[in-house]
Amino acid sequence: MSKLRVDPIRCTAHGMCAELLPERVWLDDWGYPVIDGEPLSADLVEHARRAVAACPVLALTLDQSSRPAGREPRAETTRRR
Amino acid sequence: MSLPAHALPRLLAGFSPDRQMSLAEHVHVHGALPAGDRGLRQELSRSGLHGCGGGSFPFARKLDAVAARRGRPVVVVNGSEGEPLSWKDKLLLGHLPHLVLDGAVASARALGAREIVVAVESTGAAGAVHRAINEREGGRREGVSLRVQAVPASYLTGQETALIAALSGRPPLPAMTPPYPFEKGLAGRPTLLSNAETYAHAGLIARNGADWFRALGTRESPGTRLVTVTGAVAHAGVIEVAGGTEVKALLSAAGGITEPVVGLLFGGYAGIWAGVQARHWQLGEAELRSHGASLGPGIVLVLGQSSCPVSETARAARWLSDQSAGQCGPCVNGLDAIAGALEQLCDRGDHSGAYTHLERWCSLVNRRGACSLPDGAARFVITALRTFRPVFKDHALHGRCESCHQQGARRARSRERLVRV
Ligand SMILES: Cc1cc2nc3c(=O)[nH]c(=O)nc-3n(C[C@H](O)[C@H](O)[C@H](O)COP(=O)(O)O)c2cc1C
Ligand code: SF4
Ligand code: SF4
Repeated sequence: MSKLRVDPIRCTAHGMCAELLPERVWLDDWGYPVIDGEPLSADLVEHARRAVAACPVLALTLDQSSRPAGREPRAETTRRR
Repeated sequence: MSLPAHALPRLLAGFSPDRQMSLAEHVHVHGALPAGDRGLRQELSRSGLHGCGGGSFPFARKLDAVAARRGRPVVVVNGSEGEPLSWKDKLLLGHLPHLVLDGAVASARALGAREIVVAVESTGAAGAVHRAINEREGGRREGVSLRVQAVPASYLTGQETALIAALSGRPPLPAMTPPYPFEKGLAGRPTLLSNAETYAHAGLIARNGADWFRALGTRESPGTRLVTVTGAVAHAGVIEVAGGTEVKALLSAAGGITEPVVGLLFGGYAGIWAGVQARHWQLGEAELRSHGASLGPGIVLVLGQSSCPVSETARAARWLSDQSAGQCGPCVNGLDAIAGALEQLCDRGDHSGAYTHLERWCSLVNRRGACSLPDGAARFVITALRTFRPVFKDHALHGRCESCHQQGARRARSRERLVRV
C-alpha cells in the first residue's frame, strides 16, 4: 500500500506535486500542498513516483510501509496531538 | 509509611507553598521508594496511568515501546511547561521534586537505563531540582545518574522532538517524525520522554501498586490529576482532583466563581472552549472525550462575563502564531492569517470578509505541520468561534465592545500564581 506524504519542514511550495498529481494534491491559500492521505490506487502510483522525483527539495515521499498503521506509540499524536 | 489509598491530595500531600520538601520529609509522607522494579511495568499497565503532558498516551505502552528497542535507553523528564496557563510542573519540580525523581528512577530501573535528564526552563525549578539531586547523591545509591538541564523558555520547547533538540544543544525546534524519541531520542538512543507529573504518579505506583492508584478516580479515569485553574475564580492555582470529579466541584475548590461565567477553556492554548453547560462535565480524559474535550496538560480557565471572548481568542491566536517555529508553510501562513483576521474582527469589525474564512483556515492548518502546534491553535479558535458565535457576529459588525476596553487590567489579576491544594 502506498501513501503520499509531505515533509512540511522541507517543502518550499514549489507546487510541482500538485501539477503532476492533481488527483491527490492541491494547493492551499498559500501555495502549500494539501495531500489526500488515502492509499493510492495502482493507476496513480506511477504518477505519484513522478511527483516525488520532481520535488526539488525532496519533501515528498511515497510511504510503502508494510507495518500496520497506528501500532507505534505516537506520544503526542494520540488524540489529535 | 505511605498515604492511605483514599486520601486526597496524593501528589500534593505535605505541600508547602513556602519551601521545597526535603528528601527526609518526602520519605516520611510517602515511604521509601522500593529497590528493584518489582514488576513495575505490569503495575503501570494495570494502573491505567496516562501521560499528563497533553497527549494522554498510556504510560506503560510508551515504557514498553522503549524497552523493545535495542540499545541502552535514556529517561527524560519533560518539565519545561511553556504553556502559560499551566503551573503544575513548576509546582512539582520546585516544591516536590522527589516525587518526580522517584518516578524517573523507578522507570529507569524498569528499563535498565542509567541516565536520567530532567529538563526545566525556569531557573527557580532548576535550583530546586539540583538541590534534590544532591540530596540523592546524584542517584549513585540508586544505581542511576541524575542531572538537571536548563532549556530555553518557549512554548515549543516542551514539544518532544524540540526538547530533544534543546537538550542536545540545538535550537528548540520540532523535527519530522518518525523517528520518535522512543526510537531515536537523546544521543540517538531509545528515550522515554514523559511529563513531570506523569513520573510523579509513576513514583507513587512503584511504591503502592496499581490497586492503590485506582482506589481514587473512575474506571475510565483512574487516579488523580493536577489541574491549574485560572480566570474568574476566587483562588487561582493548582488543585489535585480525583478522575471524574465534576467541574463544579473543581470551581468550588478554587474558592468559587467571582462573576457570572460565559465559557470554560479545557486544556489551555491547545484546548477547547465550551459553554457554561460544561460546569456539569466530569474531569477525566474518557469523560471529556465524550464532549470532544480533553484536560490537555490539566488546565481549566474560567471566562467571566466581564471578559471578551473575541479579544481573548484574538490575543491567544496571535500568541500561538508567534510561537510557531517558522518551519512549516501551512503553520506560518495559516496561523498568521487566522490571527490577523481575528485581530481585525475584534478591533475594527469585519470589512474584508475574513470572518468567513476563519473556520476553513482552521481546518486547513490542522495536521499539516511537523508538530501539532497548529492543530491545537485551530482547535482553540474553532471552538471559540462555535461557543461564542453571537459575540463574534457582534464584533464583526461593530468592532471593539465594552469589555474589550477594560480587559487589560483584569487580565493581570487573573494571572495570580497563587498555589493551593
Ligand atoms: C507545542 C507543544 C508544546 C508542548 N509542551 C509540553 C510541555 O511543556 N510539557 C510536556 O510535558 N509536554 C509538552 N508537549 C507534549 C510533548 O510533546 C509530549 O507529548 C509529552 O511531553 C509526553 O509526556 P506524557 O506522555 O507524559 O504526557 C507539548 C506538545 C506540543 C505540540
Ligand atoms: S513539489 Fe515539493 S516543495 Fe513543491 S509544493 Fe510539492 S512538496 Fe512542496
Ligand atoms: S508546525 Fe509550526 S510550530 Fe510545528 S514545527 Fe512546523 S512551523 Fe514549527
